[in-house]
Amino acid sequence: MALITCQNAAFAYEGNTAVSNLNFAVHRGDYLCIVGENGSGKSTLIKGLLGLKVPQSGSVWMGDGLQPNKIGYLPQQTAAQKDFPASAYEVILSGRLGTRGILPFYSRVDKKIAEKNIKRLDIGNLRGRCYRELSGGQQQRVLLARALCAAEKMLLLDEPVAGLDPVVTRELYRLIEKINHETNITVIMVSHDIHSAVKYASHILHLQNTQVFFGKTKDYVQSEVGNRFLGITRRQESGGEAGGGEGSD
Amino acid sequence: MIDILLEMFSYTFLVRAVIVGLLVSLCAALLGVSLVLKRYSMIGDGLSHVGFGTLAVATAMNASPLTVSIPVVVMAAFMLLRISENSKIKGDAAIALISTSSLAIGVVVISITTGMNTDVCNYMFGSILAMSKSDVILSIVLAIVVLILFVIFYNKIFAVTFDETFAQATGVKTGLYNMLIAFLTAITIVLGMRMMGALLISSLIIFPALTSMRVCKKFKSVTICSACVSVLCFFSGVVISYLQATPTGASVVIVNIIAFLLFWTANSIIRRGYA
Repeated sequence: MALITCQNAAFAYEGNTAVSNLNFAVHRGDYLCIVGENGSGKSTLIKGLLGLKVPQSGSVWMGDGLQPNKIGYLPQQTAAQKDFPASAYEVILSGRLGTRGILPFYSRVDKKIAEKNIKRLDIGNLRGRCYRELSGGQQQRVLLARALCAAEKMLLLDEPVAGLDPVVTRELYRLIEKINHETNITVIMVSHDIHSAVKYASHILHLQNTQVFFGKTKDYVQSEVGNRFLGITRRQESGGEAGGGEGSD
Repeated sequence: MIDILLEMFSYTFLVRAVIVGLLVSLCAALLGVSLVLKRYSMIGDGLSHVGFGTLAVATAMNASPLTVSIPVVVMAAFMLLRISENSKIKGDAAIALISTSSLAIGVVVISITTGMNTDVCNYMFGSILAMSKSDVILSIVLAIVVLILFVIFYNKIFAVTFDETFAQATGVKTGLYNMLIAFLTAITIVLGMRMMGALLISSLIIFPALTSMRVCKKFKSVTICSACVSVLCFFSGVVISYLQATPTGASVVIVNIIAFLLFWTANSIIRRGYA
């Protein structure tokens, strides 16, 4: 049974349909990359998958015990976070909040899960450090650990490599790939970086306010739309105009 | 020193003022951390101006100031919150609009009814004589409510402050907690306003948080530190104002400025030490 199934789904942003005609399914262990240009409806779709937006039409099903609040979400960073005085541990532990319900404090189990994810991402040395003093890559690792604290089955990453330098970008991609392989956790990633997307993802969903392509990555590379998009970004990059193409070779 | 304190506390009005003031500065400091980090500092300032307007109207109607002010300011808090969250209207402009409007209404109401006299000055810059016995009881009850709610919802407030989108995605009702913060802030501001003055009360919210953020690195230590800084600054401010016969509100703010500068200097010295 699929974790997420979209059938003819459409989502609106401030009353206007942002993305429509969505027909895709995500299965356990998949690594799906959602690609498309700015304003193609990626962020709106993410809100829909997180249950923060109801579909305008069509339907979104969750199976296999998945619930919107059990998805480990890694949002784009906000300006306020850049100078936020919090230790990495406080941030990571806050990933457990969704499981607490109305209970006010964290339990020993919550702390154990936080420790487990700290170990998994090898960031024990960052635990007591102040979040605002970490480098961009370290901050993303901390946020990834927080996302893992919230999720058993699925991670949803919104442009996790935006603003990172090529070396750190590659490390983060490897880390995400490792988590995906070792624990069979499903990964959905929104990315501008199409070249890394086709390199790491098992499936691609290409949006252009409607679904232009959904399928296996190897089919996408062969497809006309995929070729065109890969070609366009490659040309833009050589012209030095790429939007978020860091880290691609 | 002890003699001075004993002498101070032989005056009932001073004891009342200190009790209310300490509780208000504690609440303001706790809420301030969240407000400053969420970039909502202006809401505190806007609310205090709304409070000035309601004080003036309450005096004109001969009603108890707190019972009129609290509901109106709480409503204004929810409204300001809505405005700040709605990106279509620019939040800071809307806040300025509301605060100047209530200031103008307040001044007009005062000049029509009692005339522009020392009352206006007291509303603006605070008066230590303002606390009646029922005010003290109400303040203590409300301050305890604020403290309990803050402790119970501490983890949620942290999550909502740090990353609203993530908190929302994990099923936390962020709107509810934003309203809770706005509600508690409104109450704190009304309680502290008459002593600190409408123009100065927001300093109790903003200064301690900014001061402790110079030095502390964890959310919990920032919260605890700003609570301590706020209480200490208030107390020293009151003592200084008693000794030097300076206005209480302004003296407390001056002490806060000194604390901020001290922490700031301490931080740059520590930084240089590491480098």
